[in-house]
Amino acid sequence: MTATGIGAPVKRKEDFRFITGNGHYTDDLNRPGQTYGYFVRSPHAHAKIKGIDSAVAATMPGVLSILTGKDLAADGLGPLICGWLVHSKDGNPMKVGPHPALAVDRVRYVGDHVAIVIAETYAEAKDAAEQVNVDYDVLPAVIDGAVAHRPQAPQIHDEAPRNLAFDWELGLKDETDAAFKNAAHVTRLTLANNRLIPNAMEPRAAIGEYDKGSGHTTLWTTSQNPHVARLVLSAFVQLAPENKLRVIAPDVGGGFGSKIFIYPEETVVAWASRKVGRPVKWTAERSESFLADAHGRDHHTHAELALDKDGKFLALRVKTIANLGAYLSTFASSVPTYLYGTLLSGQYAIPAIYVEVDGVYTNTAPVDAYRGAGRPEATFVVERIVEEAAREMKIDPAELRRRNFIRTFPHQTPVIMAYDIGDYEASLDKALKAIDYQGFAKRRAEAEARSKKRGIGFSAYIEACGIAPSAAVGSLGAGVGLWESAEVRVNPTGSIEVLTGSHSHGQGHETTFAQLVSDRLGVPLESIEIVHGDTDKVQFGMGTYGSRSGSVGMSAISKALDKIEAKAKKIASHLLEAAADDIVLKDGKFTVAGTDKSITFQELSLAAYVGHKFPTSEIEPGLKEGAFYDPTNFTFPAGCHICEVEIDPDTGVTRIVKFVAVDDFGTIINPMIVEGQVHGGIAQGIGQAMLEHGVYDPETGQLVTGSFMDYCMPRADDLPSFEIGMTMTKCPSNPLGMKGCGEAGAIAAPAAVINAITDALGRDIAMPTTPERVWRALNEPKLAAE
Amino acid sequence: MYSFTYRRPASLAEAQKLFEGASDPKFLAGGQTLLPTMKQRLNAPSDVIDLGKIAELRGIAKSEGGLTIGAMTKHFEVATSADVKAVIPALAELAEGIGDPLVRHMGTIGGSVANNDPAADYPAAVLGLGATITTSKRAIKADEFFKGMFETALEPNEIIKSFAFPKPEKAAYMKFPNPASRYAMVGVFVARTAGGVRVAVTGAGPCVFRVPEMEAALAKSFTPDAVASIKVPAGDLNSDLHGSAEYRAHLVTVMAKRAVAAAG
Amino acid sequence: MTAISMTVNGKAVSADVEDRTLLVHFIRDHLHLTGTHVGCDTSQCGACVVHVDGRAIKSCTMLAAQADGATVMTIEGLAKDGKLHPVQEAFREHHGLQCGFCTPGMIMTAVDIIRRKPALDEKTIREELEGNICRCTGYHNIVKAIAAAAGAKA
Repeated sequence: MTATGIGAPVKRKEDFRFITGNGHYTDDLNRPGQTYGYFVRSPHAHAKIKGIDSAVAATMPGVLSILTGKDLAADGLGPLICGWLVHSKDGNPMKVGPHPALAVDRVRYVGDHVAIVIAETYAEAKDAAEQVNVDYDVLPAVIDGAVAHRPQAPQIHDEAPRNLAFDWELGLKDETDAAFKNAAHVTRLTLANNRLIPNAMEPRAAIGEYDKGSGHTTLWTTSQNPHVARLVLSAFVQLAPENKLRVIAPDVGGGFGSKIFIYPEETVVAWASRKVGRPVKWTAERSESFLADAHGRDHHTHAELALDKDGKFLALRVKTIANLGAYLSTFASSVPTYLYGTLLSGQYAIPAIYVEVDGVYTNTAPVDAYRGAGRPEATFVVERIVEEAAREMKIDPAELRRRNFIRTFPHQTPVIMAYDIGDYEASLDKALKAIDYQGFAKRRAEAEARSKKRGIGFSAYIEACGIAPSAAVGSLGAGVGLWESAEVRVNPTGSIEVLTGSHSHGQGHETTFAQLVSDRLGVPLESIEIVHGDTDKVQFGMGTYGSRSGSVGMSAISKALDKIEAKAKKIASHLLEAAADDIVLKDGKFTVAGTDKSITFQELSLAAYVGHKFPTSEIEPGLKEGAFYDPTNFTFPAGCHICEVEIDPDTGVTRIVKFVAVDDFGTIINPMIVEGQVHGGIAQGIGQAMLEHGVYDPETGQLVTGSFMDYCMPRADDLPSFEIGMTMTKCPSNPLGMKGCGEAGAIAAPAAVINAITDALGRDIAMPTTPERVWRALNEPKLAAE
Repeated sequence: MYSFTYRRPASLAEAQKLFEGASDPKFLAGGQTLLPTMKQRLNAPSDVIDLGKIAELRGIAKSEGGLTIGAMTKHFEVATSADVKAVIPALAELAEGIGDPLVRHMGTIGGSVANNDPAADYPAAVLGLGATITTSKRAIKADEFFKGMFETALEPNEIIKSFAFPKPEKAAYMKFPNPASRYAMVGVFVARTAGGVRVAVTGAGPCVFRVPEMEAALAKSFTPDAVASIKVPAGDLNSDLHGSAEYRAHLVTVMAKRAVAAAG
Repeated sequence: MTAISMTVNGKAVSADVEDRTLLVHFIRDHLHLTGTHVGCDTSQCGACVVHVDGRAIKSCTMLAAQADGATVMTIEGLAKDGKLHPVQEAFREHHGLQCGFCTPGMIMTAVDIIRRKPALDEKTIREELEGNICRCTGYHNIVKAIAAAAGAKA
């Protein structure tokens, strides 16, 4: 390992601009002649629009234009799309209600987009938006997925009777049913996976600018995948032809999934700039983020685990209702199906699994991928029910897991996935040691003496990352391939630009990607620039989500580097008068093996561009190579997180005493960055378990947790410091052996926390475990008696 | 925010004159509550009269038997004042727990008390210590000051000048914060004063209130056990996503016990 | 409109602003110092923290007019003569930032914490960060960075 190469904890290249206030986030940018847009949003969860009267608003100071869904439709812009087609049990495709960027005759959730007011200043646009008079005929609303399903529930889309978008299944139904008949023990669990609101700290923003002369539209937007945004906006929404549309995602302040999707706001802003002939900027207020960013999770699940008398798992049966919100967001259908059901085998050999998922519409914000996307939901089901089974059967929860671990690879699960490699016992053992599992009984007794309740909980999670082999996801309904592209451009002076279709919004790609290049070519980090987030610079890319930038994005770079190296060696063979096969690239030098004849990378770069000393009829001048990499399999990061909690029974306040995470991410490029990713993921997982909950009023459909005043974000004093450990099995499915680390914490932590709290309480509890819920759980018999 | 006219008077008299001349004015103290509500467009004054430049409204002084604190004194000034720490340490500790450090650099005691947010901390101290509020017009006893949710005895153009806090024999404040907003979900201020024991509760109900039963029990025996079995009726308390009235009622007892223990 | 003047990062500035202009908007839109961010509209996230007369405040909860005559420092003014402030250094050294959006406010708050608190243990640092929200780091490395910077000062 070199000081800057693979495995080195290099300080981040991108930090300087952020710590000095010189980042360039979308809202930091301003275009000449810029105007400001403000959206008129539905105050109702469900209503017919009878009319929109903007006469008064149009005369207000600074107002340039007020545009509605009718204007959008008149210009031929189509609805937003869901890019993953899921089929129901009967073979029919999912039922999709149209999702216009501005509502035409009906609004379906509070915050739904009705019109945009464009004015000279932001304040003027907002002042005028209040004067746009929308005549609503309010309809009954339904916000709970389990209720939306019932025959008498309000109908949200005509296309989807009983609000059912799909009823999907996966696995072995008959085998599963048979296994339950022969089970010595069955554990049953009903649980809810709470609705979460992503809240990346940078609110979404967009600037649209139309150039009359060229007919080009440029859209600056807070996106995790600008190329996909361009593709959807051109091919499906018909905003502009792909070659006339440039999408730029500059510095982006966190995403966690919420900035993958193609939303109404950026669509409308780009179109509106053409209508008013001037750039239009929109920046979300946090209240708008709460209302109109795609939310996460929101499942109701009933699960059953069949075991034999020794605690061997025989079968798992799961039935889930997934709340999809009012419209199908960009990848909404894949999250509670193929990103969920396929992970229900966990780390365990389970011969039979059967899962059914009903995806239902409700009058709430669309629900889509949020850090982990489907996999946290799967892990929560598996790890909660395994823990419950251990308690019911009075088997140590670590031991029960050990008895059921998959130990031979590759392992084909009954739910599509073929795990390539892993060592689950290694991470369990390391985590047990780190938490001092042996000493827990003593710590519990000591806490009891102070009238406090202690509990310990495990989460031995697995996830599927490196999304994904294109043919595989295509066969499951994905509308796109999930490869990644890269281009490596060596300059004549030997400095390098790497163009990648991945997008960094906190992950540190400018550093880790450069480490890979430095490692391979021996070029110093300062001479390597990572270029991303601009469709005019990078030819194409699928973006960053699902922990794919390492295993897929860097594999593409690695492939391009192979080509660079091969061509450079050919050139070097002429310069050094040796056979290309005899040239070795090491420490930034091309050397003829076994001799001291060498040429530096810089010298070679210049030679490649001047073309003086090699036959340019055989070898093209220049040194630039591109590659597309399509993964051969998903990757399977896994590990074990253990949480220890202490509860104050007087108040119900729960404190995390210790949180240990041991993860196997395969090859690690930069351990400092990887640990940071784990910390952040755990914080979001603890947030889900203990603090965060997106709540709608069941009667009115108003979002009750519409600001940080009511939506409980994890703060520094809610969390402990974390103890992080690693184990390593190298991933055989990509050239670098990487698995992915971005989501592990968010996937593993909720089950670890809830298993610890239920251990302390001696009973089940719903997420988030607010102090009142904990207090009630401890005092319920007493409270009922009063 | 809606448009308004900003005024910055140099004296109390000028502030009152500006108030008289405006159609729908508001006084601006530290702004840590007023500005957020204006940003949410829940408040639309015609004129915002900033009291920040009026010197006579600031400062902390030891007075006979206690402390006098100017209305525009900021939370961090109370929290870090050697005089406050010496005379009424419980008040300094309460101020140190208001909002967050950034809010404490701006927010003022006068602004907090005049607004009388049901979840604010200072009203518990003012009522719990039996302070006297001196305004531009008169002196008002704490027991007569707090009238209801966001309601006080202040008349429209009446400005709080200062607070006189008598020194208690013992006092402490215990807060159970709302996990999201960090405002008091329940805050209990307990004080043993020359005039008797006072227990003031904020956060739990629509307005800060005293608990006579606890005061009587503590007068007999100033110990945590004395209040352990006294429960305020849940029927009068707030109920929301973060805590039901029943839970708040329970917390009042727990926080009262802890405050008594902390007061020593 | 109100005429205001103040010193920002050592430079005298003056402007006529709408009375309803918040300090953060004056800094971002008039002075084009975009390092100070807006992350919420309820005065809770702390992305907008700057120093006014030497104390950390939320610039989204102060009118520009209130800062008339004041000395303001933003994240852009923290490094002196091309040399990073020790807190900036510590955030980089300890990976105390990921997406970087909360970072300017976090650093300005951290500088203020270290100025006010002579002894900083982990618990105190976590409590003092109550007014700053980060979604990326889980605070782990922010706490480490502040502890390191505080130690370096001592």
